[in-house]
Amino acid sequence: MSQFPVLLRSTDRQPVRYLIVDDSVFARKNLAKMIESFGGKVAGEAGDGCTAITEYDRVQPDIVLMDITMPQMEGIEAAERIIRQHPQARIIMVSSVGYQENIVASLQKGARHFIQKPVKAEHLYDILKYVLGEDAVTAAAPPA
Amino acid sequence: MRMELIQPFINAADAVLCESLQSPTKIADVTMDDEAYRRKGVAAMIHIVGDIEGRVIFDLDTATAVKIAGFFSGGPVEATDDLVKDTVCELANQVIGNAITTLNDQGMHFRVSPPVLHTAETGGKSSEDTEALVMCFDTPNGRVYMNISVRYHRRRRTEKVVTA
Repeated sequence: MSQFPVLLRSTDRQPVRYLIVDDSVFARKNLAKMIESFGGKVAGEAGDGCTAITEYDRVQPDIVLMDITMPQMEGIEAAERIIRQHPQARIIMVSSVGYQENIVASLQKGARHFIQKPVKAEHLYDILKYVLGEDAVTAAAPPA
Repeated sequence: MRMELIQPFINAADAVLCESLQSPTKIADVTMDDEAYRRKGVAAMIHIVGDIEGRVIFDLDTATAVKIAGFFSGGPVEATDDLVKDTVCELANQVIGNAITTLNDQGMHFRVSPPVLHTAETGGKSSEDTEALVMCFDTPNGRVYMNISVRYHRRRRTEKVVTA
């Protein structure tokens, strides 16, 4: 995987902290690899919407990457509940189904962005920079 | 079988495999199959219900599934590891998700079930109405098979005849 300039929190220059929510271990590992290549830290993982809500409260991440189709509680409902409790939450929906209804429903519930699987690292990086805005700064990647 | 229904699945499989495995893939073989489906290795099945109905089976021989799961986990994986099954299910999910996004953009509406492992050695026999298209993709990690059996829902087919 190519090296990206490291994304750090602008307030304390610490790695951006992520919560990854997906019922597929494969998908979570794949996203975690990308996040680590951006200099980020996986603060928590969840395999369904209910666990995502409790994990959000526990780890208070800077970014949530949220799948849509999951058992028990789907991602759009989980995003809505998290945002109701934490209006500042930055949630990016990640789904293999990218049709208009899903995107509109996600944004209406307060998600900040939508990315379709399979996720391209450079696309995810650009979206993270956009969603974090002035709350993130970039630094040179450490030598491999 | 209608090619306009099949093409989105071919394009999606090609795109997902290329992107996920970070290497080119090519279609090695395409055949029509009216015999009972015979599983190759680790297989995931997704049912489609709506304007289009049918099922898609995404099937990797076991050695290929193990290699691909190992590629993503960054280390050796055993054939019995749940990660192997999860990898096949997620790849199937991505392929079908991308294909139905394209079909939905063309005005077709339907629901898909989450992928389930297809554990039987053989599946139901196809009929003239539900013959399956079997595609084989060559990837650097081995062969990936996709067996598609879809058709327009009866109501939609009637509408198409009436409006033709």
